[in-house]
Amino acid sequence: MTDKNGFFDLSKTGLTRRTALKGLAAGAGLAVAPGFVRYSQAQSSAPIKIGFQSHRTGIGAAYGRWYERTTAAAVKAINEAGGINGRPVEVIIEDDGTDPGRGAEVVGKFATQHKTDIVYGTLFSHVVIGSAPAAGEAKMPYFVVSEGHHVASTKLNRYVFQPGITDVKSQIQAMAPWIAANAGKKVTQIFPDFAFGYDHRDYLPPALKAQGAEVIAQIAIPPTESSFTKYFPQIPAETEVIYHVMVGPAVLTFVKELGEFYGSNRPQLFGFIDSLEATDINSPGLEFLDGSHFWEGSPRYAQPDDSAAQKAYRAAVGIDDNGAAVGDPKDVSTAAHMFGCWETLYVVKKAMEDAGYKGPEDRAKLVEATEALTEFAEGPEHPQGPKTFNGKIHQCFGIQNISKVEGGRLNVVHKTKIEDGLYEPEGDYTTQPL
Amino acid sequence: MHFGPHLLLAALEGLVTSAVLALTALGLSLVFGVMRVVNVAHGEFFMLGAVLAWAISTAISGHPALSFLAALVLAPLIVGLIALVSERLVLRRLNYNPEATIVATIGMLYIIQQLALTFYGPEARPVEPPFSYRILLPWFGYSGYKLSIIAASALLLVATWFVLTRTKIGLVMRATQYDSETAQAFGIPVDRVYAGVFALGAMLAAVAAVLIVPISQAHYLMGQDPLLLSFIVVIIGGLGSLRGTVVAAVLIGLSDGIISVFFSPTLAKIIATLLVAMVLVFRPQGLFGTASR
Repeated sequence: MTDKNGFFDLSKTGLTRRTALKGLAAGAGLAVAPGFVRYSQAQSSAPIKIGFQSHRTGIGAAYGRWYERTTAAAVKAINEAGGINGRPVEVIIEDDGTDPGRGAEVVGKFATQHKTDIVYGTLFSHVVIGSAPAAGEAKMPYFVVSEGHHVASTKLNRYVFQPGITDVKSQIQAMAPWIAANAGKKVTQIFPDFAFGYDHRDYLPPALKAQGAEVIAQIAIPPTESSFTKYFPQIPAETEVIYHVMVGPAVLTFVKELGEFYGSNRPQLFGFIDSLEATDINSPGLEFLDGSHFWEGSPRYAQPDDSAAQKAYRAAVGIDDNGAAVGDPKDVSTAAHMFGCWETLYVVKKAMEDAGYKGPEDRAKLVEATEALTEFAEGPEHPQGPKTFNGKIHQCFGIQNISKVEGGRLNVVHKTKIEDGLYEPEGDYTTQPL
Repeated sequence: MHFGPHLLLAALEGLVTSAVLALTALGLSLVFGVMRVVNVAHGEFFMLGAVLAWAISTAISGHPALSFLAALVLAPLIVGLIALVSERLVLRRLNYNPEATIVATIGMLYIIQQLALTFYGPEARPVEPPFSYRILLPWFGYSGYKLSIIAASALLLVATWFVLTRTKIGLVMRATQYDSETAQAFGIPVDRVYAGVFALGAMLAAVAAVLIVPISQAHYLMGQDPLLLSFIVVIIGGLGSLRGTVVAAVLIGLSDGIISVFFSPTLAKIIATLLVAMVLVFRPQGLFGTASR
């Protein structure tokens, strides 16, 4: 091969020293241009991306809507205060359809397509359990706001955390003494026939037994059921307390039919507010609930002793004194759970700052920094109340509220202490490799 | 609870299920009987009826009975119109080819479902019952409205039977069902009969949904169960047979009610599906169907 056309002979191509210098100058100019500067600093000022696995559709849609609003409010507050490690926070939302299979796909999508720093926000326990292996495989920190005991059971993996809401086992243990002392000793349980319901099925009987009360019947109802009267004959006549916790789109029907079945001549009712979350307790047909009691993570209705932090949180999220959206009294919130989104995001912020988190390469450091957390003080970042955190089981422990339906609103009549809900850890995530 | 009242409750629950099921399945059966179209989107017309009932009853203020009555009249009419349009736009263009229409109605199922999700949203919304009288029995209370569903459904079934057997429209429909080519030769506008039957089938589903929505709330995924149960009823009763559909609906509804009260709802579904398999094996034309010629 010979260079016939002189491609490699500078003297023949007309590339003079002057044009070469021009080119150099242009290159240098590009390098100092604003766009180029930002690129070179991408490590420190690009947004921190949080993948939000949201129940936009499916049976968890009401929760999804309010989890999104709470998350938007918390992220706005965090960004206005300077973001995390000086970087803004960006939330990317994917709908999981409240479906475990889809949930795992969404986690994969966050890891490979959106390349988010963490994944966060899941509520329904079957979705958490279905998605956790995908998060572990992708070594993706996965912060859930689920309430189920699955995280604390240490049956998931080291990348799954629940730092913003107490788990069911702890809630039940904390409230059992009150139920046994105030509601009755013979308890019939009605619960949804999937993971979350099984936490109630498994942990209520021992917790009540320790208080001298007993569970005399357990009725499991499929979460997609739309008619409930047919289950009620299974409730034994000697029942003193019906302990109900239902989820899904038909919760209002469930409570209504319970009212039709019993009328005013009913046993005591103790329910998880899940049975009526996002539903107006003054809906027609619910009058019979007057005088019954509910668990609430955070109170739906504004209480006289609300802290300044609680008031600020409610205003930021946009709920009025009745726990409905400001301007739309029919759009009732999921107040008892959604505070967990707000608090989880502040835990993520704290852990990322402790870890000096820079990017996905620091995910392992983030896991260790989260495990090192022990306490969250009550305040603007934790408006629901103070909490402790057990890094070995990745679970936080807080106070629980028992509220009474009186005059068409829920008034808190009892608050448990953190110590009431502590139990022996069932394992230790920190022994798992990262 | 003692056995007697327990059985009474089971029977009541079963009859409510039967009442709604009979209407829904009758729509499916008519469409198949006359048009030979397996309408997989039938459950979505049911869902549309419920969603529209919510929309209409919230738009009209005043006494719940008034807004419910408006929904009971308007929602089926709107659903019928939608069915008419989709029949003109889709099924007619496929020449009612049995295989092609199955695929097309599956497509319609998803389109209607996703449109409902987009415009109505993923929430379950309640519709207030026209009256909330609670019947107090010595052993348990029961919703008076639920009993009225049974009566309303029976009335509608009788009306449908009357139209089919005692009016000219019914005669034309039966002629088309019996032999559409001969009917056409005798000057029956088969094409328009098809459109009318498809709309009527959808309207029956919509009426059933409006009746049930005050006790079960409107939700965009609520069409799946009625579709499955309607198919079960239609297969057991015999495609295209009004009497068979009603008998099978009462049979399935009652057994569903009784088995789910005494045992479990899942077992009720298992038995219903098993029954379908048995019918398909031993009497493929259904209990009251006539063997195809």
